[in-house]
Amino acid sequence: MSSQKQDEAKTTIEDVLEKPSSRRKFLKGASIAAAAGSAAVAASYMSAADPASAGELKLRWQEYFKKNYRIMSQEEKDETVTRLERLAKMQDNVDVQIGNEPPVEKVLFGYAFNITRCEGFMECVTACVKENNLDRKTNTQYIRIFEMEPGQLDPSTGDGQYYHKVPVDDKFYMGAQCFHCEKAPCIKACPTKATWKEPDGIVVVDYNWCIGCRYCQAACPYYGRRFNWGKGEVPKEEITTKQHYLGNRKRPMGKMEKCTFCIQRTRKGKLPACVEACPTGSRVFGNLLDPDSEIRYVLKHKKVFRMKEEIGTQPKFWYFID
Amino acid sequence: MKAVPGKNLKTFFVDAIRWNLKGSIPFQIFRILLLIGMGVGIYAYSFQARYGLSVTGMTDIVSWGFYISNFTFLVGVAAAAVMLILPAYMFHDPDFHRVVLIGEGVAVGALIMCLSFIVVDMGGPLQAWHLIPGIGLFNFPSSILAWDVLVLNGYLLLNALVPAYILYSHYMGREADERKYRPFVFLSIFWAFSIHMVTAFLYQGLPARPFWNNPLMGPRFLASAFAAGPALITLILAIIHSTTSYKIDPKVFNKLRMIIVISAIINLLMLFSEIFKEFYFPTHHSISAIYLFFGIDGHNSLVPWIWTSVSVNLAATLVLAFNPGKNNPKVLLPACAFLFVAVWMEKGIGLIVPGLIPSPLGEIVDYLPTWVELGVTLGILCLGITVVTWLVRTALIIEQRYED
Repeated sequence: MSSQKQDEAKTTIEDVLEKPSSRRKFLKGASIAAAAGSAAVAASYMSAADPASAGELKLRWQEYFKKNYRIMSQEEKDETVTRLERLAKMQDNVDVQIGNEPPVEKVLFGYAFNITRCEGFMECVTACVKENNLDRKTNTQYIRIFEMEPGQLDPSTGDGQYYHKVPVDDKFYMGAQCFHCEKAPCIKACPTKATWKEPDGIVVVDYNWCIGCRYCQAACPYYGRRFNWGKGEVPKEEITTKQHYLGNRKRPMGKMEKCTFCIQRTRKGKLPACVEACPTGSRVFGNLLDPDSEIRYVLKHKKVFRMKEEIGTQPKFWYFID
Repeated sequence: MKAVPGKNLKTFFVDAIRWNLKGSIPFQIFRILLLIGMGVGIYAYSFQARYGLSVTGMTDIVSWGFYISNFTFLVGVAAAAVMLILPAYMFHDPDFHRVVLIGEGVAVGALIMCLSFIVVDMGGPLQAWHLIPGIGLFNFPSSILAWDVLVLNGYLLLNALVPAYILYSHYMGREADERKYRPFVFLSIFWAFSIHMVTAFLYQGLPARPFWNNPLMGPRFLASAFAAGPALITLILAIIHSTTSYKIDPKVFNKLRMIIVISAIINLLMLFSEIFKEFYFPTHHSISAIYLFFGIDGHNSLVPWIWTSVSVNLAATLVLAFNPGKNNPKVLLPACAFLFVAVWMEKGIGLIVPGLIPSPLGEIVDYLPTWVELGVTLGILCLGITVVTWLVRTALIIEQRYED
């Protein structure tokens, strides 16, 4: 670590602290010293990898010291979203719009999957990867599709690696992803409250607050979570620029991510990308609190079941048979 | 109580550093080797700092590997100090009283290694301050990991401060006041059990992982720790006995052997009970155990590992129990070393990795640590050994002068 860089780091910290803002209230007393110390390490660490302008460093400091999203005021949420948009422009030269739309009142999202109809085309997987800016380098996928033998109903007995022409006679297909459990083991496990259930039922991760311990991944009975083992890579022209803070924005290295029911779309009244992409109409998504919704129709009139019901996690994801 | 002129807290630390910098040539070479080991660790970690955990062998399926395995095992080594603390302070066993400080030094070293393994395993070590209550958001009491952070740091504090107080008193040439430290000793005994139970609950509390979701996990952790920990302490005492002028009474070794044998037998009984449950009538919850002991569809990287561990464990326990060499250290010490390694193999990788295989959706993959993981682990082990040697050397010099 060169002394020059340290000095640079110090000036930036002073800049940040001098500025009268809510951040200042947050970092009071002894925490200033401790935090600034670790920040100095952080700065040299990050700037060693790629030299950054003073303006960019300042944004990074402010990002580093921000709160957990769930306890931010609306003003703070707006500030961080603006900073993230500016950083995206500075670092990757992309124009993104990061939203922080709150949950809509009287909405509780639920999902149903028709195992009679699905033919295993995996259009949903492709749409999900594209919509959610999933890492192309390690081929991260939120959705898994399993080819099932007749007589089985548990995806863990199916083949999740199939690569051939579909549909195959006498086989059927089951999809699995994050089930947004009402009693989610991952939320209970997280030591920093970096993952929680929003009022509209979506289980989200604050990618910046996550410390990357992966306890939630061990706790998930459905293999619903994915970790950023390295730096995510998405070709610039393929980036989905309409983003949400809790959704498809760029995930930092070493943080957990997962399906968010396409929070950036569904909170604006659109369907998740997987539902929209499905060519067979096997995927049903909607508001569980709306008695006229399609998902309520399915739950009332079809034979439905949930995966690993015995664990008591109460997924908001049902399989059904026509 | 007489005050010693020219001695105070400052000279206590200065002397501790001075004594540790001096030493024979072989000792200096040993220290340099440890430094080189730590250097390798830092070099390996620099790759992880730059490219993330992608340079490890871990994946979304086997999301915990060598680091967490070593962490889990070393919590046991730290907890095992209680097997010296309990007789020494509670039953006033004079033999154990002379070695208890060494046991506590080992506990401190083990805890520092535990915390280091947690930090290197984190994807966002710079965000570790999110865990600090008050500044961050601490998910207590819901998250067992939050409990683990508390109990590990608390135990580190207890095991550092009580011996520090006793040593400082002795350094100043006065008796340590038992009324002052006894409550903390009580607390640390309770705490030693808690660190291991909480670490077991970390795994035991996950219904997603049937291999771990097993009420025997906590008690078995304790039994294996009380076998492996005292085995390590026996080895360290033997080294101290043969290389320094601080002589250890043979009675200590006999008592430690009894502790090891009893714990190891209880551990094997519980292992047998677990194996019976998994294999008498295998269910789909037994797949991890089948993977571990027999392999599935050609994925069998852990099969030789676990069988080596179980057979070495059994053999070492028998040797320690029947004592064929009639207290010959050339028989007992290797047995202790083998037992320690066998428990490390089983309570480390043999416990953590199969718990994650197959994935909750039934996929089976193998896990092998990369050179980065091995290098970082070497660095952390060298750090731990360095800490132990610094603490023990200081303690022994002070104790020996005090005894004279």
